[in-house]
Amino acid sequence: MQDLGIRVLFMGNNLARLLGGLWVTIEISLLSVVFSIVLGILLGMVMTLKNPVIRCITKVYLEFIRIMPQLVLLFLVYFGVTKTFGIQLSGQVSAVIVFTLWGTAEMGDLVRGALISIPRHQYESGAALGLESGQIYRYIIIPQTLRRLVPLAINLTTRMIKTTSLIVLIGVVEVLKVAQQIIEANRYTVPDSALWIYGAVFFLYFLACWPISLLASRLEKKWKD
Amino acid sequence: MDKNERLLEIHHLHKDYGNGPVLNDVSLDVHKGEVLVLIGPSGCGKSTFLRCMNGLESIQSGEILLDGQVISGEKTKWSEVRQKIGMVFQSYELFPHMTVLDNILLGPMKVQKRSRPEAEKEAEKLLERVGLLDKKDVYPRQLSGGQKQRVAIVRALIMKPEIMLFDEVTAALDPEMVREVLDVMLELAKAGSTMVIVTHEMQFARAVADQVVFLDGGDIVEMDEPERFFVCPKTERAQRFLNTFTFEKKEG
Repeated sequence: MQDLGIRVLFMGNNLARLLGGLWVTIEISLLSVVFSIVLGILLGMVMTLKNPVIRCITKVYLEFIRIMPQLVLLFLVYFGVTKTFGIQLSGQVSAVIVFTLWGTAEMGDLVRGALISIPRHQYESGAALGLESGQIYRYIIIPQTLRRLVPLAINLTTRMIKTTSLIVLIGVVEVLKVAQQIIEANRYTVPDSALWIYGAVFFLYFLACWPISLLASRLEKKWKD
Repeated sequence: MDKNERLLEIHHLHKDYGNGPVLNDVSLDVHKGEVLVLIGPSGCGKSTFLRCMNGLESIQSGEILLDGQVISGEKTKWSEVRQKIGMVFQSYELFPHMTVLDNILLGPMKVQKRSRPEAEKEAEKLLERVGLLDKKDVYPRQLSGGQKQRVAIVRALIMKPEIMLFDEVTAALDPEMVREVLDVMLELAKAGSTMVIVTHEMQFARAVADQVVFLDGGDIVEMDEPERFFVCPKTERAQRFLNTFTFEKKEG
């Protein structure tokens, strides 16, 4: 029987290294997601304002971030900022900055959408009961906005986790980079390890994202109105 | 009727959205225990008029008094006034994330600070009255339109308002559900509630109203008792409006 590449996975501390790489991925994603949610909620609220100047600025920001491939943004921040302004940013910090910029734009748009999707009459029927405007937000608007928002925000989180695989290209040693290193180190002894190691990486991404997207669809079903 | 019994008074109300007046110098008194029905063609300002009465629309000039107190001023505490003026909307507007019971209890508990057991007891009594006690723990999405609207009426009633406003509450309902909602309103009227109703249901208007108020072009054109208004309207505009509801058999 042919020598199976899977044994590479269990050689030395390879598996632990892969898990360590996964942790880097998750750390960057989590930091970016937390920043994005906080800033995105603020951005989303700002975006519902009717001020034309604010509208224009947020629109340009949103379009700019969406049109730009994340890889280009990463290069722009990691190489561009370092060269131009002489600020030394590590790959990880650049990654968090770029994913926060991107996540904030996406999250902001989700928040804006959720806020404007609450019909005006919901505010009015709260007011007609004699609720103060703070109470209307607390008991009526915010709970409904959250219900619409949470599943979408969770989906965004999984997208961000997946997209962090790009940061290999600015030299951050995360799960994909560790995998490449392991494959390279065993290229001569176990030539077909690539399938197994990348397979393991696939499985790790799956492990990280699947429970999250499961949670999203659970909540979506539960809160459907 | 006796002047002392005036509950809601509207003096020379003027409302403008910025492109011509919607309501032009409208005055109206609502007496205690009286049922007023506002009718008129679409866009005549009747819904806007109703919404002015509890401050959902701002007014440009004029005065609104409740129990002799001016409520249309700058310093009006609308949250207090609106406890006395209940409103039911065309599209029910139950809160979709709360059960029927929680929908009903939000006002009494958060606005009037009543205790849950006491409010709950009253909510159950009111739900029973509209035949929906068995639905108290379901979410609005599980109800039919007519059931939602009856819950919305209970939600307004539990605040013990002095006057109830109904804004085309059957307009979004399937025909077979209109009746169940109108029956609840008829019963309220019989029990002596003060009500202002905007509706397109002429038969119902005739049955429920003490006074019919016909609005057209932002004006009160005619106001009369229902029998007189529907049988022999005085103004030509009212006649024309009422004619749109009758069909003459085509001569063969």
